[in-house]
Amino acid sequence: MTATTIDQMQLIVEEVYRTESRRVLATLIRLLGDFDLAEDAMQDAFAAALRQWSAEGVPDNPRAWLVSTGRFKAIDNLRRRARFDKSLPVLAEQLDEAADEFDEVLDEEGIGDDRLRLIFTCCHPALAPEARIALTLREMCGLTTEEIARAFLTKPATLAQRIVRAKSKIRDAGIPYQVPGPEELPERLETVLHVIYLVFNEGYSASSGESLTRADLSSEAIRLNRLLLQMLPETEVMGLLALMLLHESRRVARTTPGGDLVLLEDQDRSLWDRELIAEGQALVGQALSRGPVGPYTVQAAISAVHASAPSAAETSWQEIVALYDLLMVATPTPIIELNRAVAVAMLEGPEAGLAIIEAILARGDLTEYHLAHSARADMYRRLGKADEARAAYTRALALTQLEPERRFLEGRLQELAV
Amino acid sequence: MKYLLLIYGDEQVWDAAGRAACYEESAELARELHEQGKLLGTNALMPVATATSVVAGGGKRVITDGPFAETREQLGGYFLVDAKDLDEAIEIAKKIPGGRLGTVEIRPVYEVEGLPV
Repeated sequence: MTATTIDQMQLIVEEVYRTESRRVLATLIRLLGDFDLAEDAMQDAFAAALRQWSAEGVPDNPRAWLVSTGRFKAIDNLRRRARFDKSLPVLAEQLDEAADEFDEVLDEEGIGDDRLRLIFTCCHPALAPEARIALTLREMCGLTTEEIARAFLTKPATLAQRIVRAKSKIRDAGIPYQVPGPEELPERLETVLHVIYLVFNEGYSASSGESLTRADLSSEAIRLNRLLLQMLPETEVMGLLALMLLHESRRVARTTPGGDLVLLEDQDRSLWDRELIAEGQALVGQALSRGPVGPYTVQAAISAVHASAPSAAETSWQEIVALYDLLMVATPTPIIELNRAVAVAMLEGPEAGLAIIEAILARGDLTEYHLAHSARADMYRRLGKADEARAAYTRALALTQLEPERRFLEGRLQELAV
Repeated sequence: MKYLLLIYGDEQVWDAAGRAACYEESAELARELHEQGKLLGTNALMPVATATSVVAGGGKRVITDGPFAETREQLGGYFLVDAKDLDEAIEIAKKIPGGRLGTVEIRPVYEVEGLPV
């Protein structure tokens, strides 16, 4: 090999870090049985790579080299620290003895499994929901604590604390590093998908100020879901990916350059990303034909109907209402009922939609949810009942803090005042 | 790992027949766990009305009637188990009959050195 300068090697190692660091970490966590030990070991391995590869060239299998080096670094580390802690030599010996089993873990399939183990551990239901999100972004996506804190508008110290606590609980409570068995899988997968969807929504629902970092969250969620789908091609994994891709296809169209909200019916559909739509629709088709479908797939199917309609008026509302009926069977929540009401209003007229919304509110559900009141206001507006519409928009306005939504509602109120 | 599975529930929701059936099923679960080598101990507790607390205060131990905390759900019994990991402990917790109408809290045991076996 020709001499490589340290600068060139820096670039090579950075590239390997970008593509391999999460896999290396996932395997090291399994081999070392400890998140922090594994993270230190991985950093040490990459530091060693920079020095050693410059002299000896890049190994044939950089990932295997990094895992093996990281593991030896960890054992060294434990031995050095053993002078201060009596329990550590035992651990170092155990790790050393495990070296024989080591070669078999480096095959491609085994490492894929490690990342799957990692995501199930990070999203374990015994961890607090905020901790699952933070840990997943930190360990699976490799985001720094500062990046995660910025995206979630939290103090880095708070977020770091959350991650430390979660790691302690994983260790002290004995949360396993494994893919759940077939019996537990559906329930546990739901938790993982929920974390991914929350990350996506965090990046999708806000649209000003922090928009840059937040859009990154959506793409992290999509990337994570793609990875999960490779390892675990379950119907709902396809469904969620389809749902996010179809939402993502409308990102540019759903706000004005000034950051104002544009409702689906008013969006310039030529701005929709056709490539994302095609991929999303193909996944919906695949999920529906595989079955049995869950709530993410049905929501993706609804989104797919919208995506193929040339305009709001030319949308197959019948199909959409039918899909909402299906969704109401699977997950009968007031929010789904509200969305169904909006679709019913498009199919049968505003009175029919209004009746459903009034029934939800009369039951005491969604009374503090701004979108329930703005949907209700919209029905009144379309019925020409300006006073009722105004009252409902005002109520919605009082219930939301999101700046783009406030501007939208204020705009509607002004239109009614004319 | 050792886990203590604490069974909490509202004592009022159990009638005599339900309670008797619960004890019978619990004994069966205990036998099953024992055969698998996972049971370290289990007991049902007398109602919270029988509880006495010894509370430290003002440099002495004061004796009071009643449990440590007045809550809607009371500690009614426990299983001490040896499980591979938290997932196995959760599996066992889900099977505990006394948890059907309440909560089973899973606490990993901290191993203190020098305890008699």
